[in-house]
Amino acid sequence: MAIVFRQETFRDDFTYRNSPGNIRRFPFPFDRDEYMYSVNMEPHVRGQAGTVYESLIDVDEHYVAEMQDRALVLKEDPLRYQALPHMMAAQWDTLELLMEEQAAGYPEHFTLIRNGDRWRWINRPLGIDDTFTFGDRSTLPYDPFEYITRQAQGDFCIVDQRDGNLWMDAGMVTTQADWSLDFDIGMNFMEWHGPVPLAHQIGVFDRALKFLLNLQLGKPTRRFNWTMTINPRLDTSPENYHKWGPDRTTVTPDNVGEKVHLRVELQSLWRLPRSNAILFVIRCYLISMNELVTVPKWARRLHRVLKTLPPELVDYKGLTRYRDNTIAWLSKHDDGAPTSPGIFPD
Amino acid sequence: MLVEGIKSRPVYGGIAIDPFARRHIFALEGEGALALLDQKPALTATMLNRSEVLYVAAGPKGLDHDLALAALKPDRFWQGPTIETLLFRLRGSLSAATMSTRLYISGREGFIGQCMQVATDMGMDFSSIPTEHRGSLARRVQCVHCKGITDDVRTSPFKCSHCGLNLLVRDHYSRRLGAFQGVNVDAEEPGTAPQAEELFA
Ligand code: HEM
Repeated sequence: MAIVFRQETFRDDFTYRNSPGNIRRFPFPFDRDEYMYSVNMEPHVRGQAGTVYESLIDVDEHYVAEMQDRALVLKEDPLRYQALPHMMAAQWDTLELLMEEQAAGYPEHFTLIRNGDRWRWINRPLGIDDTFTFGDRSTLPYDPFEYITRQAQGDFCIVDQRDGNLWMDAGMVTTQADWSLDFDIGMNFMEWHGPVPLAHQIGVFDRALKFLLNLQLGKPTRRFNWTMTINPRLDTSPENYHKWGPDRTTVTPDNVGEKVHLRVELQSLWRLPRSNAILFVIRCYLISMNELVTVPKWARRLHRVLKTLPPELVDYKGLTRYRDNTIAWLSKHDDGAPTSPGIFPD
Repeated sequence: MLVEGIKSRPVYGGIAIDPFARRHIFALEGEGALALLDQKPALTATMLNRSEVLYVAAGPKGLDHDLALAALKPDRFWQGPTIETLLFRLRGSLSAATMSTRLYISGREGFIGQCMQVATDMGMDFSSIPTEHRGSLARRVQCVHCKGITDDVRTSPFKCSHCGLNLLVRDHYSRRLGAFQGVNVDAEEPGTAPQAEELFA
Protein backbone atom coordinates (compact mmCIF):
# COMPACT_ATOMS: atom_id res chain seq x y z
CA MET A 1 0.00 0.00 0.00
CA ALA A 2 1.40 3.39 -0.96
CA ILE A 3 2.38 5.63 1.92
CA VAL A 4 0.75 9.07 2.03
CA PHE A 5 3.62 11.42 2.80
CA ARG A 6 2.82 14.31 5.14
CA GLN A 7 3.77 17.90 4.50
CA GLU A 8 5.11 19.15 7.80
CA THR A 9 7.98 20.95 9.53
CA PHE A 10 10.44 20.12 12.30
CA ARG A 11 11.29 23.77 13.06
CA ASP A 12 9.68 27.20 13.33
CA ASP A 13 5.94 26.38 13.28
CA PHE A 14 6.50 22.66 14.08
CA THR A 15 3.60 21.16 12.14
CA TYR A 16 4.90 17.59 12.57
CA ARG A 17 2.20 15.14 13.76
CA ASN A 18 1.73 11.36 13.69
CA SER A 19 -1.38 9.95 12.02
CA PRO A 20 -3.37 7.49 14.20
CA GLY A 21 -1.95 4.58 12.20
CA ASN A 22 1.58 5.84 12.69
CA ILE A 23 1.06 6.13 16.45
CA ARG A 24 0.18 2.43 16.61
CA ARG A 25 3.42 1.51 14.84
CA PHE A 26 5.58 3.82 17.00
CA PRO A 27 8.62 1.91 18.33
CA PHE A 28 7.99 2.30 22.05
CA PRO A 29 11.36 1.32 23.55
CA PHE A 30 10.49 0.12 27.07
CA ASP A 31 9.66 -3.53 27.63
CA ARG A 32 9.26 -3.01 31.38
CA ASP A 33 8.43 -0.23 33.85
CA GLU A 34 12.03 0.87 34.50
CA TYR A 35 15.10 1.68 32.46
CA MET A 36 18.84 1.31 32.78
CA TYR A 37 21.61 0.92 30.18
CA SER A 38 22.32 -2.63 29.06
CA VAL A 39 23.66 -4.47 26.03
CA ASN A 40 20.16 -4.49 24.57
CA MET A 41 20.89 -6.00 21.19
CA GLU A 42 18.80 -8.46 19.18
CA PRO A 43 18.87 -9.72 15.59
CA HIS A 44 17.46 -7.18 13.14
CA VAL A 45 14.92 -9.40 11.41
CA ARG A 46 11.65 -8.55 9.70
CA GLY A 47 8.59 -8.37 11.95
CA GLN A 48 4.86 -8.03 11.62
CA ALA A 49 3.07 -5.70 9.24
CA GLY A 50 1.98 -2.55 11.04
CA THR A 51 5.23 -2.32 13.04
CA VAL A 52 8.48 -0.52 12.26
CA TYR A 53 10.02 -3.96 11.75
CA GLU A 54 7.99 -4.55 8.60
CA SER A 55 11.04 -3.55 6.54
CA LEU A 56 14.63 -3.52 7.74
CA ILE A 57 15.08 0.05 6.53
CA ASP A 58 11.85 1.68 7.60
CA VAL A 59 10.19 4.38 5.50
CA ASP A 60 7.13 6.13 6.91
CA GLU A 61 4.77 9.07 6.37
CA HIS A 62 7.46 11.55 7.49
CA TYR A 63 9.96 10.56 4.78
CA VAL A 64 9.62 13.54 2.45
CA ALA A 65 9.47 16.15 5.23
CA GLU A 66 12.52 14.63 6.95
CA MET A 67 14.52 14.73 3.75
CA GLN A 68 13.59 18.39 3.31
CA ASP A 69 14.68 19.14 6.86
CA ARG A 70 18.01 17.37 6.24
CA ALA A 71 18.60 19.47 3.14
CA LEU A 72 18.01 22.63 5.19
CA VAL A 73 20.48 21.53 7.87
CA LEU A 74 23.14 20.70 5.27
CA LYS A 75 22.67 24.04 3.57
CA GLU A 76 23.39 25.84 6.85
CA ASP A 77 26.17 23.52 8.00
CA PRO A 78 27.84 21.23 5.43
CA LEU A 79 30.02 19.69 8.18
CA ARG A 80 27.08 17.52 9.23
CA TYR A 81 28.18 15.24 6.43
CA GLN A 82 31.80 14.09 6.51
CA ALA A 83 33.73 11.10 5.27
CA LEU A 84 37.44 10.42 5.66
CA PRO A 85 39.20 9.58 2.37
CA HIS A 86 39.72 5.86 3.06
CA MET A 87 35.95 5.27 3.36
CA MET A 88 35.05 5.27 -0.34
CA ALA A 89 34.48 1.51 -0.59
CA ALA A 90 32.24 1.67 2.48
CA GLN A 91 30.35 4.56 0.92
CA TRP A 92 29.44 2.44 -2.11
CA ASP A 93 28.55 -0.47 0.17
CA THR A 94 26.14 1.82 1.99
CA LEU A 95 24.58 3.15 -1.19
CA GLU A 96 23.94 -0.38 -2.36
CA LEU A 97 22.45 -1.49 0.95
CA LEU A 98 20.08 1.45 1.31
CA MET A 99 18.93 1.31 -2.32
CA GLU A 100 18.30 -2.42 -2.17
CA GLU A 101 16.47 -2.34 1.16
CA GLN A 102 14.29 0.63 0.23
CA ALA A 103 13.44 -0.87 -3.17
CA ALA A 104 12.66 -4.27 -1.59
CA GLY A 105 10.48 -2.78 1.15
CA TYR A 106 8.64 -0.17 -0.91
CA PRO A 107 8.57 -1.14 -4.61
CA GLU A 108 5.80 1.37 -5.30
CA HIS A 109 8.10 4.20 -4.17
CA PHE A 110 11.64 3.06 -5.04
CA THR A 111 13.09 1.05 -7.91
CA LEU A 112 16.66 -0.07 -8.49
CA ILE A 113 17.60 -1.47 -11.89
CA ARG A 114 21.10 -2.94 -12.09
CA ASN A 115 22.69 -3.59 -15.43
CA GLY A 116 26.27 -4.59 -14.67
CA ASP A 117 27.84 -1.42 -13.26
CA ARG A 118 25.19 0.79 -14.81
CA TRP A 119 22.52 1.38 -12.18
CA ARG A 120 19.26 3.27 -12.48
CA TRP A 121 17.68 4.53 -9.25
CA ILE A 122 14.13 5.82 -9.18
CA ASN A 123 12.92 7.58 -6.03
CA ARG A 124 9.33 8.62 -6.73
CA PRO A 125 8.53 10.50 -3.48
CA LEU A 126 11.49 12.84 -4.08
CA GLY A 127 11.14 12.89 -7.88
CA ILE A 128 14.59 11.42 -8.58
CA ASP A 129 15.47 9.23 -11.56
CA ASP A 130 19.26 8.90 -11.90
CA THR A 131 21.48 6.58 -13.89
CA PHE A 132 25.07 6.21 -12.72
CA THR A 133 28.06 3.87 -12.76
CA PHE A 134 28.48 1.97 -9.51
CA GLY A 135 32.00 2.67 -8.23
CA ASP A 136 32.49 5.85 -10.25
CA ARG A 137 32.07 8.91 -8.00
CA SER A 138 31.97 11.30 -10.96
CA THR A 139 28.65 9.88 -12.15
CA LEU A 140 26.76 11.08 -9.03
CA PRO A 141 26.02 14.65 -7.91
CA TYR A 142 27.41 13.95 -4.40
CA ASP A 143 29.62 11.40 -2.65
CA PRO A 144 27.72 8.09 -2.80
CA PHE A 145 27.15 8.13 0.98
CA GLU A 146 25.86 11.71 0.94
CA TYR A 147 23.77 11.01 -2.16
CA ILE A 148 21.89 8.08 -0.63
CA THR A 149 21.57 9.46 2.90
CA ARG A 150 19.91 12.57 1.50
CA GLN A 151 17.27 10.00 0.50
CA ALA A 152 17.02 7.86 3.63
CA GLN A 153 15.45 8.63 7.01
CA GLY A 154 17.69 8.59 10.08
CA ASP A 155 21.27 9.51 10.80
CA PHE A 156 24.10 7.29 9.59
CA CYS A 157 27.64 6.57 10.71
CA ILE A 158 30.05 4.28 8.96
CA VAL A 159 32.59 2.81 11.35
CA ASP A 160 35.81 1.30 10.07
CA GLN A 161 37.14 -1.81 11.79
CA ARG A 162 40.89 -2.01 12.52
CA ASP A 163 43.27 -2.67 15.44
CA GLY A 164 40.51 -4.46 17.34
CA ASN A 165 38.40 -1.32 17.51
CA LEU A 166 35.75 0.60 15.58
CA TRP A 167 36.48 4.09 14.20
CA MET A 168 33.85 6.65 13.32
CA ASP A 169 35.24 7.61 9.93
CA ALA A 170 32.13 8.82 8.09
CA GLY A 171 28.73 10.18 8.99
CA MET A 172 25.56 11.95 7.92
CA VAL A 173 24.26 13.42 11.16
CA THR A 174 21.46 16.00 11.05
CA THR A 175 18.88 14.57 13.49
CA GLN A 176 21.08 13.82 16.47
CA ALA A 177 20.41 13.84 20.19
CA ASP A 178 23.06 16.38 21.10
CA TRP A 179 26.36 15.02 19.80
CA SER A 180 28.67 16.40 17.15
CA LEU A 181 29.93 14.43 14.16
CA ASP A 182 32.50 17.11 13.43
CA PHE A 183 33.91 16.67 16.93
CA ASP A 184 33.68 12.87 17.09
CA ILE A 185 34.82 11.91 13.59
CA GLY A 186 37.99 9.82 13.73
CA MET A 187 37.36 8.63 17.30
CA ASN A 188 37.15 5.00 18.36
CA PHE A 189 34.25 3.24 20.10
CA MET A 190 35.36 4.03 23.66
CA GLU A 191 36.34 7.61 22.83
CA TRP A 192 33.08 8.71 21.19
CA HIS A 193 31.14 7.04 24.03
CA GLY A 194 33.31 8.95 26.53
CA PRO A 195 30.58 11.31 27.81
CA VAL A 196 28.03 8.55 28.56
CA PRO A 197 27.60 8.08 32.34
CA LEU A 198 27.54 4.70 34.19
CA ALA A 199 27.67 2.46 31.12
CA HIS A 200 31.49 2.26 30.99
CA GLN A 201 31.65 1.23 34.64
CA ILE A 202 29.13 -1.60 34.30
CA GLY A 203 30.94 -3.04 31.27
CA VAL A 204 28.26 -2.25 28.70
CA PHE A 205 30.69 -0.80 26.18
CA ASP A 206 33.29 -3.57 26.53
CA ARG A 207 30.69 -6.20 25.79
CA ALA A 208 28.99 -4.21 23.02
CA LEU A 209 32.31 -3.63 21.23
CA LYS A 210 33.25 -7.29 21.41
CA PHE A 211 29.89 -8.24 19.97
CA LEU A 212 30.16 -5.73 17.12
CA LEU A 213 33.69 -6.75 16.13
CA ASN A 214 32.20 -10.15 15.33
CA LEU A 215 29.14 -8.88 13.48
CA GLN A 216 28.46 -11.11 10.47
CA LEU A 217 27.50 -10.14 6.93
CA GLY A 218 23.77 -10.67 6.38
CA LYS A 219 23.01 -10.75 10.11
CA PRO A 220 22.28 -7.17 11.11
CA THR A 221 21.58 -6.40 14.74
CA ARG A 222 19.48 -3.68 16.41
CA ARG A 223 18.91 -1.83 19.66
CA PHE A 224 16.89 1.07 21.02
CA ASN A 225 18.11 4.30 22.48
CA TRP A 226 15.86 7.13 23.64
CA THR A 227 15.67 10.63 25.04
CA MET A 228 13.11 13.43 25.13
CA THR A 229 12.86 16.58 23.02
CA ILE A 230 10.82 19.75 23.40
CA ASN A 231 8.86 20.39 20.20
CA PRO A 232 9.18 17.92 17.34
CA ARG A 233 12.63 19.14 16.41
CA LEU A 234 14.95 16.82 14.50
CA ASP A 235 18.08 18.96 14.62
CA THR A 236 18.98 18.95 18.30
CA SER A 237 22.69 19.23 17.58
CA PRO A 238 25.20 20.72 20.02
CA GLU A 239 26.13 23.10 17.19
CA ASN A 240 22.65 24.67 17.50
CA TYR A 241 22.11 24.13 21.24
CA HIS A 242 21.97 27.89 21.85
CA LYS A 243 19.02 27.98 19.44
CA TRP A 244 16.96 25.02 20.74
CA GLY A 245 18.09 25.00 24.39
CA PRO A 246 15.62 27.74 25.42
CA ASP A 247 12.73 25.46 24.34
CA ARG A 248 13.37 23.46 27.51
CA THR A 249 12.20 26.38 29.64
CA THR A 250 8.85 26.64 27.84
CA VAL A 251 7.22 23.54 29.33
CA THR A 252 4.31 24.28 31.71
CA PRO A 253 1.83 21.90 33.36
CA ASP A 254 -0.68 22.85 30.65
CA ASN A 255 1.39 22.31 27.51
CA VAL A 256 3.23 19.05 28.30
CA GLY A 257 0.90 17.17 25.95
CA GLU A 258 1.93 19.07 22.83
CA LYS A 259 5.44 20.24 23.77
CA VAL A 260 7.13 17.19 25.24
CA HIS A 261 8.12 14.43 22.85
CA LEU A 262 9.56 11.00 23.40
CA ARG A 263 12.44 10.60 20.95
CA VAL A 264 13.30 7.01 20.10
CA GLU A 265 16.24 5.83 18.06
CA LEU A 266 15.91 2.46 16.42
CA GLN A 267 19.57 1.71 15.78
CA SER A 268 20.60 -1.01 13.38
CA LEU A 269 24.10 -2.23 12.62
CA TRP A 270 25.09 -3.85 9.35
CA ARG A 271 28.37 -5.45 8.29
CA LEU A 272 29.29 -4.13 4.84
CA PRO A 273 30.51 -6.59 2.20
CA ARG A 274 33.45 -4.95 0.36
CA SER A 275 34.91 -2.67 3.02
CA ASN A 276 34.26 -4.85 6.10
CA ALA A 277 33.10 -1.62 7.80
CA ILE A 278 29.86 -1.40 9.79
CA LEU A 279 26.94 0.83 8.90
CA PHE A 280 25.24 2.27 12.00
CA VAL A 281 21.73 3.49 11.26
CA ILE A 282 20.12 5.78 13.84
CA ARG A 283 16.48 6.00 12.81
CA CYS A 284 14.76 8.67 14.90
CA TYR A 285 11.04 8.63 15.80
CA LEU A 286 9.21 11.43 17.61
CA ILE A 287 5.87 11.21 19.43
CA SER A 288 4.15 13.90 21.50
CA MET A 289 2.81 13.06 24.95
CA ASN A 290 -0.75 13.70 23.65
CA GLU A 291 -0.19 11.08 20.96
CA LEU A 292 1.59 8.66 23.26
CA VAL A 293 -1.19 8.49 25.87
CA THR A 294 -3.63 7.26 23.23
CA VAL A 295 -1.97 3.91 24.01
CA PRO A 296 -2.79 3.38 27.73
CA LYS A 297 -0.01 0.86 28.31
CA TRP A 298 2.62 3.29 27.05
CA ALA A 299 1.27 6.14 29.18
CA ARG A 300 1.47 4.07 32.36
CA ARG A 301 4.88 2.73 31.55
CA LEU A 302 6.56 5.97 30.50
CA HIS A 303 5.26 7.57 33.70
CA ARG A 304 6.94 4.86 35.76
CA VAL A 305 10.18 4.89 33.74
CA LEU A 306 10.57 8.65 34.16
CA LYS A 307 9.82 8.47 37.88
CA THR A 308 12.51 5.88 38.57
CA LEU A 309 15.15 6.98 36.05
CA PRO A 310 18.66 7.13 37.62
CA PRO A 311 19.67 10.77 38.24
CA GLU A 312 22.80 10.43 36.08
CA LEU A 313 20.60 9.56 33.11
CA VAL A 314 18.17 12.42 33.83
CA ASP A 315 21.10 14.80 33.75
CA TYR A 316 22.84 13.29 30.70
CA LYS A 317 19.63 13.23 28.66
CA GLY A 318 18.91 16.87 29.58
CA LEU A 319 15.48 16.18 31.15
CA THR A 320 16.04 18.08 34.40
CA ARG A 321 14.00 21.21 33.67
CA TYR A 322 10.79 19.56 32.50
CA ARG A 323 10.83 16.08 34.02
CA ASP A 324 8.67 16.97 37.04
CA ASN A 325 5.99 18.62 34.90
CA THR A 326 5.99 15.66 32.57
CA ILE A 327 5.70 13.11 35.37
CA ALA A 328 2.82 15.06 36.93
CA TRP A 329 1.04 15.26 33.59
CA LEU A 330 1.55 11.55 32.85
CA SER A 331 0.42 10.54 36.35
CA LYS A 332 -3.13 11.40 35.29
CA HIS A 333 -2.83 8.60 32.75
CA ASP A 334 -1.45 6.01 35.16
CA ASP A 335 -4.07 4.21 37.27
CA GLY A 336 -1.46 1.88 38.76
CA ALA A 337 -2.67 -1.14 36.80
CA PRO A 338 0.00 -3.70 35.86
CA THR A 339 1.49 -3.41 32.37
CA SER A 340 1.91 -6.35 30.01
CA PRO A 341 5.42 -7.52 29.06
CA GLY A 342 6.94 -6.36 25.76
CA ILE A 343 6.80 -3.10 23.85
CA PHE A 344 3.67 -3.45 21.73
CA PRO A 345 0.24 -1.91 22.54
CA ASP A 346 -2.27 -4.30 24.19
CA MET B 1 48.95 14.51 36.51
CA LEU B 2 45.66 15.20 34.70
CA VAL B 3 42.18 14.25 35.91
CA GLU B 4 41.49 10.59 35.34
CA GLY B 5 38.59 8.99 33.57
CA ILE B 6 38.15 11.06 30.42
CA LYS B 7 37.79 8.28 27.89
CA SER B 8 38.39 10.39 24.81
CA ARG B 9 41.54 12.03 26.17
CA PRO B 10 44.83 10.47 25.05
CA VAL B 11 47.09 8.82 27.62
CA TYR B 12 50.34 10.76 27.93
CA GLY B 13 52.65 7.90 28.83
CA GLY B 14 56.04 9.62 28.94
CA ILE B 15 58.83 10.18 26.40
CA ALA B 16 61.55 7.74 27.44
CA ILE B 17 63.96 7.66 24.52
CA ASP B 18 63.73 4.62 22.25
CA PRO B 19 67.27 3.16 21.97
CA PHE B 20 66.40 1.42 18.70
CA ALA B 21 65.31 4.47 16.73
CA ARG B 22 67.78 5.73 14.09
CA ARG B 23 66.70 9.31 14.53
CA HIS B 24 64.90 11.20 17.31
CA ILE B 25 62.89 14.39 16.92
CA PHE B 26 61.88 16.10 20.16
CA ALA B 27 59.13 18.75 20.06
CA LEU B 28 59.24 20.50 23.44
CA GLU B 29 57.25 23.36 24.87
CA GLY B 30 58.05 25.20 28.13
CA GLU B 31 58.42 22.75 30.99
CA GLY B 32 58.30 19.97 28.40
CA ALA B 33 62.05 20.59 28.07
CA LEU B 34 62.43 18.95 31.46
CA ALA B 35 60.97 15.70 30.15
CA LEU B 36 64.12 15.39 28.05
CA LEU B 37 66.57 17.01 30.48
CA ASP B 38 65.45 14.63 33.26
CA GLN B 39 66.70 11.74 31.12
CA LYS B 40 70.19 13.19 30.84
CA PRO B 41 72.00 10.37 32.72
CA ALA B 42 70.60 7.81 30.26
CA LEU B 43 71.34 9.75 27.08
CA THR B 44 74.36 8.40 25.19
CA ALA B 45 76.43 10.33 22.69
CA THR B 46 75.04 8.12 19.90
CA MET B 47 71.49 8.99 20.84
CA LEU B 48 72.25 12.67 20.97
CA ASN B 49 74.07 12.56 17.63
CA ARG B 50 70.83 11.28 16.16
CA SER B 51 68.61 13.85 17.86
CA GLU B 52 66.91 16.99 16.68
CA VAL B 53 65.49 19.16 19.47
CA LEU B 54 62.80 21.77 18.72
CA TYR B 55 61.92 24.03 21.62
CA VAL B 56 59.56 26.91 22.30
CA ALA B 57 59.62 28.72 25.65
CA ALA B 58 56.30 29.00 27.49
CA GLY B 59 54.87 29.44 30.97
CA PRO B 60 56.59 30.85 34.07
CA LYS B 61 58.69 27.74 34.68
CA GLY B 62 59.36 26.92 31.05
CA LEU B 63 61.15 30.00 29.76
CA ASP B 64 64.86 29.41 30.01
CA HIS B 65 65.63 25.82 29.14
CA ASP B 66 67.30 26.69 25.85
CA LEU B 67 70.82 26.72 27.28
CA ALA B 68 70.41 23.39 29.04
CA LEU B 69 68.96 21.80 25.91
CA ALA B 70 71.73 23.18 23.71
CA ALA B 71 74.26 21.92 26.25
CA LEU B 72 73.11 18.37 25.56
CA LYS B 73 74.74 18.90 22.17
CA PRO B 74 72.14 17.20 20.05
CA ASP B 75 72.79 16.95 16.31
CA ARG B 76 70.42 19.90 15.88
CA PHE B 77 68.98 22.33 18.35
CA TRP B 78 66.40 24.88 17.27
CA GLN B 79 64.44 27.36 19.31
CA GLY B 80 61.38 29.11 17.92
CA PRO B 81 59.54 32.20 19.12
CA THR B 82 56.01 30.73 19.03
CA ILE B 83 54.18 27.42 18.84
CA GLU B 84 53.14 28.25 15.30
CA THR B 85 56.72 28.58 14.12
CA LEU B 86 57.63 25.35 15.86
CA LEU B 87 54.80 23.53 14.11
CA PHE B 88 56.04 24.85 10.78
CA ARG B 89 59.54 23.68 11.52
CA LEU B 90 58.26 20.31 12.73
CA ARG B 91 56.40 19.80 9.48
CA GLY B 92 59.62 20.37 7.59
CA SER B 93 61.61 18.00 9.77
CA LEU B 94 59.01 15.26 9.48
CA SER B 95 58.71 15.55 5.74
CA ALA B 96 62.42 14.85 5.45
CA ALA B 97 62.32 12.02 8.01
CA THR B 98 62.82 8.33 7.26
CA MET B 99 60.94 5.27 8.53
CA SER B 100 63.02 4.69 11.63
CA THR B 101 62.57 8.21 12.97
CA ARG B 102 60.76 8.60 16.27
CA LEU B 103 58.91 11.74 17.26
CA TYR B 104 58.54 12.69 20.96
CA ILE B 105 56.28 15.48 22.16
CA SER B 106 56.19 17.14 25.56
CA GLY B 107 54.54 20.27 26.92
CA ARG B 108 51.07 21.47 27.72
CA GLU B 109 48.16 19.49 26.39
CA GLY B 110 47.28 22.01 23.66
CA PHE B 111 50.84 21.89 22.35
CA ILE B 112 50.88 18.09 22.33
CA GLY B 113 47.57 18.09 20.46
CA GLN B 114 48.80 20.48 17.79
CA CYS B 115 52.10 18.62 17.19
CA MET B 116 50.09 15.41 17.02
CA GLN B 117 47.91 16.95 14.32
CA VAL B 118 50.96 17.80 12.24
CA ALA B 119 52.32 14.28 12.65
CA THR B 120 49.09 12.44 11.89
CA ASP B 121 48.42 14.71 8.90
CA MET B 122 51.74 13.45 7.57
CA GLY B 123 50.60 9.87 7.95
CA MET B 124 52.19 8.93 11.28
CA ASP B 125 50.16 6.70 13.58
CA PHE B 126 49.32 8.52 16.81
CA SER B 127 49.91 5.39 18.88
CA SER B 128 53.57 5.30 17.79
CA ILE B 129 54.30 8.78 19.16
CA PRO B 130 55.38 9.05 22.82
CA THR B 131 53.99 12.09 24.62
CA GLU B 132 54.42 13.59 28.06
CA HIS B 133 52.31 16.24 29.71
CA ARG B 134 54.34 18.94 31.48
CA GLY B 135 53.28 22.38 32.59
CA SER B 136 49.90 23.88 33.32
CA LEU B 137 46.57 22.11 32.96
CA ALA B 138 45.30 24.83 30.61
CA ARG B 139 43.10 23.43 27.87
CA ARG B 140 42.76 24.13 24.19
CA VAL B 141 39.04 24.29 23.51
CA GLN B 142 36.91 24.25 20.40
CA CYS B 143 33.59 26.09 20.51
CA VAL B 144 31.06 23.56 19.21
CA HIS B 145 28.89 26.41 17.91
CA CYS B 146 31.24 28.58 15.83
CA LYS B 147 34.11 25.99 15.68
CA GLY B 148 36.65 28.61 16.76
CA ILE B 149 39.53 27.38 18.92
CA THR B 150 40.67 29.20 22.06
CA ASP B 151 44.09 28.32 23.48
CA ASP B 152 45.24 28.27 27.06
CA VAL B 153 41.80 28.16 28.70
CA ARG B 154 42.12 28.09 32.49
CA THR B 155 38.56 28.57 33.61
CA SER B 156 35.17 27.08 33.03
CA PRO B 157 33.02 28.68 31.87
CA PHE B 158 34.97 31.07 29.65
CA LYS B 159 34.03 33.42 26.83
CA CYS B 160 34.65 32.04 23.35
CA SER B 161 37.34 34.24 21.81
CA HIS B 162 35.53 34.05 18.47
CA CYS B 163 31.74 34.21 18.93
CA GLY B 164 31.59 35.44 22.53
CA LEU B 165 29.26 32.72 23.89
CA ASN B 166 29.91 31.56 27.47
CA LEU B 167 31.32 28.08 27.14
CA LEU B 168 31.41 25.22 29.59
CA VAL B 169 34.55 23.13 29.03
CA ARG B 170 33.46 19.51 28.69
CA ASP B 171 35.62 16.48 29.48
CA HIS B 172 35.42 15.35 25.85
CA TYR B 173 38.55 15.55 23.70
CA SER B 174 39.04 15.26 19.95
CA ARG B 175 42.46 14.13 18.82
CA ARG B 176 41.66 15.22 15.28
CA LEU B 177 41.06 18.78 16.47
CA GLY B 178 43.58 18.62 19.31
CA ALA B 179 40.97 20.25 21.54
CA PHE B 180 38.34 19.82 24.23
CA GLN B 181 34.74 20.67 23.52
CA GLY B 182 33.17 23.94 24.66
CA VAL B 183 29.37 24.16 24.89
CA ASN B 184 27.28 27.24 25.63
CA VAL B 185 26.61 27.06 29.37
CA ASP B 186 23.58 29.35 29.55
CA ALA B 187 21.93 28.35 26.28
CA GLU B 188 18.67 27.43 27.99
CA GLU B 189 18.40 30.67 29.97
CA PRO B 190 20.78 33.28 28.54
CA GLY B 191 22.35 35.43 31.22
CA THR B 192 22.47 32.71 33.89
CA ALA B 193 26.07 31.57 33.33
CA PRO B 194 27.77 30.65 36.62
CA GLN B 195 30.94 32.41 37.79
CA ALA B 196 34.09 31.28 36.02
CA GLU B 197 36.09 28.86 38.13
CA GLU B 198 39.80 28.32 37.67
CA LEU B 199 39.79 24.58 37.02
CA PHE B 200 42.79 24.22 34.74
CA ALA B 201 45.57 26.14 36.43
C1 HEM C 1 29.16 1.43 16.18
C2 HEM C 1 28.06 2.00 16.39
C3 HEM C 1 27.76 3.07 17.40
C4 HEM C 1 27.94 4.41 17.26
C5 HEM C 1 28.52 5.13 16.04
C6 HEM C 1 27.49 5.03 18.49
C7 HEM C 1 27.53 6.40 18.74
C8 HEM C 1 27.09 7.01 19.90
C9 HEM C 1 27.19 8.42 20.17
C10 HEM C 1 27.82 9.44 19.23
C11 HEM C 1 26.64 8.66 21.37
C12 HEM C 1 26.52 10.02 22.07
C13 HEM C 1 27.66 10.21 23.05
C14 HEM C 1 27.77 11.65 23.55
O1 HEM C 1 27.10 12.00 24.52
O2 HEM C 1 28.54 12.44 22.97
C15 HEM C 1 26.18 7.39 21.87
C16 HEM C 1 25.53 7.20 23.07
C17 HEM C 1 25.25 5.95 23.61
N1 HEM C 1 25.55 4.72 23.03
FE1 HEM C 1 26.34 4.41 21.22
N2 HEM C 1 27.06 4.07 19.34
C18 HEM C 1 27.21 2.86 18.72
C19 HEM C 1 26.89 1.64 19.23
C20 HEM C 1 26.40 1.43 20.50
C21 HEM C 1 26.10 0.13 21.03
C22 HEM C 1 26.23 -1.19 20.28
C23 HEM C 1 25.64 0.32 22.28
C24 HEM C 1 25.20 -0.81 23.18
C25 HEM C 1 25.15 -0.87 24.42
C26 HEM C 1 25.66 1.76 22.54
C27 HEM C 1 25.26 2.39 23.70
C28 HEM C 1 25.14 3.75 23.89
C29 HEM C 1 24.52 4.37 25.07
C30 HEM C 1 23.91 3.63 26.26
C31 HEM C 1 24.58 5.74 24.88
C32 HEM C 1 23.98 6.83 25.79
C33 HEM C 1 22.65 7.19 25.20
C34 HEM C 1 21.69 8.03 26.03
O3 HEM C 1 21.50 7.81 27.23
O4 HEM C 1 21.03 8.91 25.43
N3 HEM C 1 26.13 2.39 21.43
N4 HEM C 1 26.49 6.40 20.96
